[in-house]
Amino acid sequence: MTSDTKDIIICQDVHKWFDRLHVLKGINLTVRAGEVVVIFGPSGSGKSTFIRTINRLEEHQRGTIIVDGIELTHDIRNIATVRSEIGMVSQQFNLFPHLTVLQNITLAPLWVRRWPKDKAEQIAMDLLKRVGIPEQAYKFPAQLSGGQQQRVAIARALAMQPKIMLFDEPTSALDPEMIKEVLDVMTELAKSGMTMICVTHEMGFARSVAHRMVFIDDGQIVEQGTPSEIFTQPRHDRTKLFLSQILR
Amino acid sequence: MTTNTQTLGPPRTHVGVLGWLRKNLFSTWYNTLLTLVSMWVVYTAGSRFLVWALTTARWGVITTNLRLFMVGPFPPEQVWRVWLCLVIASLLFGLSAGIWKGTVRTLGAGLAATYVVLVILPFGINTRIWHVANLGALIVGFLLGYAASRLPDNKRSIAQRGLLVAWLVTIVLVLFLLQGWKGNTWLPEIGSNLWGGLLLTFMLALISIIASFPIGVLLALGRRSRLPAVSIFSTLYIELVRGVPLVTILYMAQIMVPLFLPGQMRIANVVRVIVGMTLFTAAYLAENVRGGLQAIPSGQVEAAQALGLNNALVTLFIVLPQALRLVIPANVGLFISLFKDTTLAVIVGLLEVLSIGRSVLAQAEWLGRQTEVYLFIAAIFFVFSYVMSYASYQLEAALGVGKR
Repeated sequence: MTSDTKDIIICQDVHKWFDRLHVLKGINLTVRAGEVVVIFGPSGSGKSTFIRTINRLEEHQRGTIIVDGIELTHDIRNIATVRSEIGMVSQQFNLFPHLTVLQNITLAPLWVRRWPKDKAEQIAMDLLKRVGIPEQAYKFPAQLSGGQQQRVAIARALAMQPKIMLFDEPTSALDPEMIKEVLDVMTELAKSGMTMICVTHEMGFARSVAHRMVFIDDGQIVEQGTPSEIFTQPRHDRTKLFLSQILR
Repeated sequence: MTTNTQTLGPPRTHVGVLGWLRKNLFSTWYNTLLTLVSMWVVYTAGSRFLVWALTTARWGVITTNLRLFMVGPFPPEQVWRVWLCLVIASLLFGLSAGIWKGTVRTLGAGLAATYVVLVILPFGINTRIWHVANLGALIVGFLLGYAASRLPDNKRSIAQRGLLVAWLVTIVLVLFLLQGWKGNTWLPEIGSNLWGGLLLTFMLALISIIASFPIGVLLALGRRSRLPAVSIFSTLYIELVRGVPLVTILYMAQIMVPLFLPGQMRIANVVRVIVGMTLFTAAYLAENVRGGLQAIPSGQVEAAQALGLNNALVTLFIVLPQALRLVIPANVGLFISLFKDTTLAVIVGLLEVLSIGRSVLAQAEWLGRQTEVYLFIAAIFFVFSYVMSYASYQLEAALGVGKR
């Protein structure tokens, strides 16, 4: 495999405005296949907005984003293809409350991938086993704990067999005792070779799993490096200040 | 902590019937006073009503004219068609009660009890035979449906879908059965101008409800569409129709529609009223549904989009199912008011149940029997409205399983 040398996400000079507000000010980031990138930074710095531009939940207004060789433009077919290659997990889980856990997971495989039902359900059950909750398959999301819901959300994203996974603060809405069960799933996923971009402030997870850490502040990448570089010798004052605040 | 903990019961004055009375009716001196005054009012009114209902009232006005109230001027020798339709509906209801659990089954039990009472009541022999047939169809349907509910999952869901289709087909079938064909010896044509009474009321309400639902949903989606032409048309339609009273629309359907139609073409009065009511209800329904659409968090749409679903699939599988669930109470309220508004068809000369009541009162024999007639009509409307309301509460509870 040449996957460790392939650049799967290429972002060049990405700009984004909300009305007049300039939220992304020229972001350049290249992610190799199989790489785990942790993005961190103060709230309102644009990190969530940035990862949402990668699957076009937000539209960037200048610069280029190329995902797996496809450039994100207004072409709807390109967007659909890119979205089906990228799994996303968000802070609020956003499971579909009117569908069972199994239906949540099989919906996109059935209707986007057009897989037969038994294949989709087989894959869904395997994923539920992988995230540790096969017994919850026929329950509704509201009957699950927050940690279980987030693990279902991860399984739902993985069911499309994506090449890339985006995590947007996946543990921020969870009670402390449930954070670990979600991080364990994410760690296992990272070890399996998945390309991952995680916006998170779980620094223990970043230290042990991330290949690269990216500090974003005020819509720009301030600094990036390996976890040991960032934690032991951050070069910028803003990075130092932020780390000192969240590590305490 | 003591080692010998006893469970202490609540004070006797706080539990049971006595506790309830004390807490809810006699908690303070003014509540006591209110309770006593209300009891006196209820007693006086109730006893006077009972005395009137059992002695003074002449219920003969209802029993003698029962056929008129039920089917209006429908030719008596052809009333078997209406009975046949009822038997088919009973059979389908029985099947539904058997195959689905919960509310449908409760309603089916209520229907069965009603039929039993009707069989016992001293109707003529012909009527009784039809009542027995109805009860029989309900029971046979239930048993078959119950057997089908024991089938494996995939076969049962096929049976359930088939039953839904059967209901829709039956509605069309019933229309043809009642209408008949010109020159046919078995089913001579009975024009819709001869349909009347409760039969007509039901037809008006049922068809308007079924037809207005998809139109309303499409209008709601249209109003939120990104295509300006679609959204402007939907908005204009909704605001225009909501700005006009139903009576006006019925008059327009009555007087103006014939002016615009080519010479030979004529549309039955009943059809015009149904179209008017459907278009009117659709506008209100659209606004209800739009409210539901707006209540769906944007995260739901984003999560579905992120999975690669296109806009049509997101609407169909994620937004609409949740939105329609949210607006069940509002929509059932709308349907109940539509059901009662069918009485407005009186002003364009349709013989629905209220106008039958008026014509009965015009008979010399029953002059001055307004109270009995209007009470009877009110009771009919109450029973059916309440059943709809009850079904909606049950439906809400049943669908609330996955609620946030």
